[in-house]
Amino acid sequence: MTPSEIETIFRDEAGRALATLIRLVGDFDLAEDALQDAFAVALERWAAGAVPDNPRAWLVNVAKHKAIDRIRRQAVFRGKQQALVHELELNAQTVDEPALTLDDDVLRLIFTCCHPAFAAEVQVALTLRTVCGLSTAQVARAFLVGEEAMGQRLGRAKQKIRLAGIPYEVPEQDALAARLDGVLAVIYLVFTEGYVATEGADLMRPDLATEAIRLGRLLDRLMPDRAGIKGLVALMLLHDARRAGRETTAGDIVLLEEQDRSRWDRAQIEEGLGLVEDALRMPGRPQAYVVQAAIAALHARAPSFEQTDWPQIAGLYEVLLRINPSPVIELNHAAALSMVDGPARALDLVDAITARGGLRGYELLPAVRADLLRRLGRKDEARKAYRAATDATQLEPLRRLYARRMREMD
Amino acid sequence: MQYLLMIYQNEVEYAKNDAATAQKLMAEYQTFTQGIIQSGNFKAGDRLRPTTTATTVRVRDGKVLTTDGPFAETREQLGGYYLIEAKDLDAAIEIAARIPSARIGSIEVRPIWVYDK
Repeated sequence: MTPSEIETIFRDEAGRALATLIRLVGDFDLAEDALQDAFAVALERWAAGAVPDNPRAWLVNVAKHKAIDRIRRQAVFRGKQQALVHELELNAQTVDEPALTLDDDVLRLIFTCCHPAFAAEVQVALTLRTVCGLSTAQVARAFLVGEEAMGQRLGRAKQKIRLAGIPYEVPEQDALAARLDGVLAVIYLVFTEGYVATEGADLMRPDLATEAIRLGRLLDRLMPDRAGIKGLVALMLLHDARRAGRETTAGDIVLLEEQDRSRWDRAQIEEGLGLVEDALRMPGRPQAYVVQAAIAALHARAPSFEQTDWPQIAGLYEVLLRINPSPVIELNHAAALSMVDGPARALDLVDAITARGGLRGYELLPAVRADLLRRLGRKDEARKAYRAATDATQLEPLRRLYARRMREMD
Repeated sequence: MQYLLMIYQNEVEYAKNDAATAQKLMAEYQTFTQGIIQSGNFKAGDRLRPTTTATTVRVRDGKVLTTDGPFAETREQLGGYYLIEAKDLDAAIEIAARIPSARIGSIEVRPIWVYDK
């Protein structure tokens, strides 16, 4: 086996192996270091041909022994650690852990990283680093901060988990509902960063989108009675299904109205539609993710942009505004309404949001405004708005899109 | 683990309470304290006199400097504390949320650095 093949296996298995190790050793940093040690051994042994049947269980076991070594090597050898070594050694022989235990460990890890004792941004950063296995540099890039600053932030968070006694478990039933909202929000943030990157040369980060969908599916399997989870998974699947149609080979954005719908992933759309239907049938109040997924479903079902059921989409945005009022949803509602009542009415709504001081600094606001002005034939104002939109984004493909729109108006 | 639950509230606002309100709050505190004594979480706890009685001490260049009042002027002041034993942060937060003043002010939950003897 080549080192790059080993690296691929390691990348696939590291997240879940780490979650289990954290449960066993109770320390994020020790678990991470031990897993790195195990990876070094894997590079040597697997390259020599000794590839195990179950690489994840192998990694967990080797890392467990490496953790014991590391604890032993520490100069100050306290009673507590002796007990931990003893406990680790007791269950160190078992090689095969059932797959579900490993998934439970990941779930525990998600809930720990998304603990409300952390600021929202820290929750996302910890999840990306620990559950999704991104490097500190990658997480730093997603947040537009320096690697050193992010390293310190992650270090403080891991220290807080240990010193403040943040539990490594899925909360009890009564606390679960409130905590689940935070977890779903983090998974969705990971997805949106994958769907449209914050900055840089590439529009999408498919690895992040895929990871978010994997986490969502995992939650749905472990808690199948939650409409919100099904809604979120459906929403992510339906958005991600359009991936191949969303950009040209040159990396330029292809807008929804221009997309070749035959390039959309039909299997993924079917799965998403099924989940939306399941979620809509479940009892309880309508959940924001389910309504958003229902909107995505209408787009996915439409044979063409023109034949999209815009009145129903605008109606669903109104439902969404009642459940979860926010200026971003108002903006989306206005964009949908422009397809029903025309751009003039939508522009009034957008200007009303601006007049209230909402969405200041939200980079897509000038883009939506520019688009409406362009459709109204108000070219000079549209150009100004596209320029403002260009200044507001750090993402190269978006800048090229706005430049193209301006050229088209000449 | 041990946690210090620090009870902060605006003592100027608090002083405006009438006797009945203050008495009701005291009764709630008694019930709460009894509760955590019985559950085994209580280790220590007391109410502090107001910050107007506080003196802050610093030693600079070997000289003792004292100032009238608390270390920092803030909107909410430390008015009391509980030292508790709890399984983890979630358990500590659950107890902190039951402190009567949590509805009025805020409770800071800090893990204690317990030195090994």
